[in-house]
Amino acid sequence: MSTDSPGFDPAAPYRLNPRVALRPEPFGALAYHFGTRKLSFLKAPALVELVRDLEAHPTVLAAVDHLAAPEKDRYLRALATLAETDMIVPA
Amino acid sequence: MKLVDQFKKGLSAPICLTWEWTYACNLSCTHCLSSSGRRDPKELTTAEIKAVIDELQRMQVFYVNIGGGEPTVRPDFWELMHYAVTHDVGVKFSTNGLRITPLRARQLVATDYVDVQISLDGATREVNDAVRGPGSYDTAIAAMANLADAGFAGFKVSVVMTRQNVPQLGEFKAIADRYGAQLRITRLRPSGRGADVWDDLHPTQGQQRQIYDWLVRHGDNVLTGDSFFHLNALGSTSLPGLNLCGAGRVVCLIDPVGDVYACPFAIHDAFLAGNVREAGFGRVWRESPLFAQLREPQSAGACASCGEYDACQGGCMAAKFFTGLPLAGPDPECVKGNAPTTGLAIPAQGKDHSHRKRVALGMPSVPAKPCDPSPLAVR
Repeated sequence: MSTDSPGFDPAAPYRLNPRVALRPEPFGALAYHFGTRKLSFLKAPALVELVRDLEAHPTVLAAVDHLAAPEKDRYLRALATLAETDMIVPA
Repeated sequence: MKLVDQFKKGLSAPICLTWEWTYACNLSCTHCLSSSGRRDPKELTTAEIKAVIDELQRMQVFYVNIGGGEPTVRPDFWELMHYAVTHDVGVKFSTNGLRITPLRARQLVATDYVDVQISLDGATREVNDAVRGPGSYDTAIAAMANLADAGFAGFKVSVVMTRQNVPQLGEFKAIADRYGAQLRITRLRPSGRGADVWDDLHPTQGQQRQIYDWLVRHGDNVLTGDSFFHLNALGSTSLPGLNLCGAGRVVCLIDPVGDVYACPFAIHDAFLAGNVREAGFGRVWRESPLFAQLREPQSAGACASCGEYDACQGGCMAAKFFTGLPLAGPDPECVKGNAPTTGLAIPAQGKDHSHRKRVALGMPSVPAKPCDPSPLAVR
């Protein structure tokens, strides 16, 4: 699991970067970062929901707590990538 | 499902919207895909363009590619650009460099969400001006120098690949590097006036291989607008990009009079989806029967039996259409040489705003014998 990427700490609170907009799409959402002008594609509606609700949870781990093991790992990896690309930021 | 398969079914709004703001242009490039030159009297007004920008903001279209014609000849160009970027619609505009003065360059650097793309079709004055016209090379280079001097890092230098400039790929890269810009190369299309020069200018089979090999080596730092996916059948390395025709799915064009076409290379009634004046842009994007059809699975036609179809996807719809080829079947530049070359009915182009040829002033016609005394002239 690459949640050890520098900077990303799943034990800390995170939220969607205020400079990022999420556009709903049939497959999930398109995320656009107005600062870096980068596009990302969130390919699962569950991931979109997770990202939107991130700031309601005290930590990232708490936000994914309801998921089963293999899925939890996949979503944590996705969140780590989103943190690397500045799409989500420490709350 | 793979993301690319999702894209084929269309998105809620385009990712890459090209929007031409005028047909007017100071140049008369021989390969102009929109046959630009003269302004169309029915072009969208300032207020109409702002209304479409408002709609794009609501649809969350995060950036648009503005072109023409030469968009900066619109007197309201800077006002509209400012309006877009302050309404969450970023702007990348294509220009031949005409209005990129040192002052404008400094203003552009200070504006968020703006990117500039300078067109250059030859790495030397001779090759460029043969296509784009006398003086156009110097104009483009001066614009690049002004942007670089103002500190505009990473603007784009955009090259349409032709038989004459494929050997200059390295030189184009060097020019872009010299001005701290990023090189973008795209495919020549037989669209607009491009149809007139297609046979002479489109790269040879050997040059297509050269483009492919060069992109495999340098592709990570070079943009292509995904326009060379038909070359993927040349090797096992897929070129960077989506590798699909995005027409009506993730891409479309709004032309200067508000007509919406499936892609920027298809200004023709066969690809007209609607007009923003009638129903707004969103409704055309969502409800056009043409776009619905393009979002259905497409037939491979004559390509179905070719093992490379997955790699090349049959190539470019517009390139096929304007060379008289069936849309379900090989691209005219099919690297396997499978495209028929005879018996093709080339369709007429759509709108033509080309500059009118100069006509010498004077008598419209002179009688063959100015002093013919006969009271009757028979032709």
